[in-house]
Amino acid sequence: MKPTAQQKFGWSGAFAVIIVVSLVPVFWLIMLSLKTPASATDGAFIPHHWTLSNYHDIFSAGLFTSALRNSIGIALISTALAVVIASSAAYAIARLDFPGKRAILAVALGVTMFPQISLVGPLYNLWRQIGLFDTWPGLIIPYLTFALPLSIYTLSAFFREIPWELEQAAEVDGATPFQAFMKIIAPLATPGLVTTFIIVFLLCWNDFIFAISLTSSNAAQTVPAALAQFPGASQFTQPIGDIAAAAVVVTIPVMIIVILFQRRIVSGLTAGAVKG
Amino acid sequence: MTTGAVAAPAAAGEQRPRRRQLSDRVRAERKLAYMLVGPAVIVMLLVIAYPFINTIVLSLQRADLRFPTENKWVGLDNYWAVLTSHLWWMDIIHTLIITLVTVTVEFVLGMLLALAMHRVAFARSVLRTIGLIPYAIVTVVAAYAWQYSWSLNDGGWIPHLLGLSGDPLSHQFGSYVAICMTDIWRNTPFVALLLLAGLSLVPDELLEAARVDGATAWQRFTRITLPLMKPAILVALLFRTLDAFRIFDVIYIFAQGANNTESVSMLNYSTLLNRLNLGLGSAVSVLVFVCVMIIAALFIKGFGAGAGPAGDSG
Repeated sequence: MKPTAQQKFGWSGAFAVIIVVSLVPVFWLIMLSLKTPASATDGAFIPHHWTLSNYHDIFSAGLFTSALRNSIGIALISTALAVVIASSAAYAIARLDFPGKRAILAVALGVTMFPQISLVGPLYNLWRQIGLFDTWPGLIIPYLTFALPLSIYTLSAFFREIPWELEQAAEVDGATPFQAFMKIIAPLATPGLVTTFIIVFLLCWNDFIFAISLTSSNAAQTVPAALAQFPGASQFTQPIGDIAAAAVVVTIPVMIIVILFQRRIVSGLTAGAVKG
Repeated sequence: MTTGAVAAPAAAGEQRPRRRQLSDRVRAERKLAYMLVGPAVIVMLLVIAYPFINTIVLSLQRADLRFPTENKWVGLDNYWAVLTSHLWWMDIIHTLIITLVTVTVEFVLGMLLALAMHRVAFARSVLRTIGLIPYAIVTVVAAYAWQYSWSLNDGGWIPHLLGLSGDPLSHQFGSYVAICMTDIWRNTPFVALLLLAGLSLVPDELLEAARVDGATAWQRFTRITLPLMKPAILVALLFRTLDAFRIFDVIYIFAQGANNTESVSMLNYSTLLNRLNLGLGSAVSVLVFVCVMIIAALFIKGFGAGAGPAGDSG
């Protein structure tokens, strides 16, 4: 069925609304970040006085730069660990036959549904006793745990799609098992690994509940926690321009990566959820 | 492909005389599998189970970090204190309202988006790109973006657009609308993508056959598309409902639950970390966990009963 002109017009109108609704809050943040503190609350969409002083502020005060370092470091390490540990588990789930496979998937599902807030109390208590409070490992451990189920589901969905018989074919043709793996399987598995890495990184990057509960200083505080505690001029005013600028800095690079890899991310998100 | 075809009869031929060897191979495969899944299972059990047992133990104690010397066993007193408090039940109601509103709107909008993306090819790429923008944004940032949009005091554009004289964020209804909108804005695209994956499993021939037989568009949707999409719908609704029930980030940024918008996770956080009452807070944690289990069980039971193909005819 070819859409009629009228239908096309209707669709275009609907799209315009969706695009505007999706983009307006982001646009608003960008504009707020470019306003001077005096005009931040004037309600104008386009700043009357353009300034980059908010960006200068956040990068010259130590809070944001350390939070950015903590966020990137903690999320990268958690993600790398999760993808490595989950790869071996997902390989076993996708390719090997063993009793208890369903039980493992059930444990992973249970972890996904577990309310994170229910771990905050004991982890807060335990971390202070053993010296992990306000440290990188103190956040990496819970992030890794909650990232594992998503990694396992996504990776095993990808691994099931790989034509593993090619490996045997290469070995028959005289390749060593190592060569067969490196030349045939690794290139086929890489897109799935990269996709999983991005999805899991976003999960760790987004966390707020552990970050606000298990850190207290710039030693380990991540960006979401730091944003919630940005010091204002007084107790009752928020530094809107600074928060907006920091929000823009942490959002734009991630957004570009997500849009570049959009096709893969969508297939990863849905494969893990629907087929798992 | 050829190796597979050659290897299969050979393996079958070996099976009978050397049964012992095959079971060795099975055993070796199982051993390898357990070694491969071991680390993941150990990490998940250790980091979830040990602290959670700790939570249950703490919930049976008077454990206040401000008075560390006065710890003692109090049985179910903490649970009694929580379950008889007005605050707990109010927060349950707040959380359920937010869950019901956001999940319903996200499902309806997500379904409309998924249908649009499924039917119109160029919609797929445009909407996918646009839809992933909210997904790329940290929830805390999304909450700030919408808070600054709604707050009259912060010069937000929404009160100006609607011509409001009062600050919508200064009363309960306005705060609810802003909080729900933030959640809906961030999560609808994800729901749409999950439902789109489910839609692609519905065979076009079936819909075409029904159309030829005279079924209306609505009949085709409710009698064919929806039943066939059941697994995808279950996944999308279950995960969104659980996520919405655990809502914390957005509530925290929107004035930490001011104007009677406090969620159970927010209550749990403030009992634990603002009042430093570990015993009472742990009891709240266990109760939140029980609520999540009840929701999951209701979903799986409600959907599971009719999940088979036979159950779909009625």
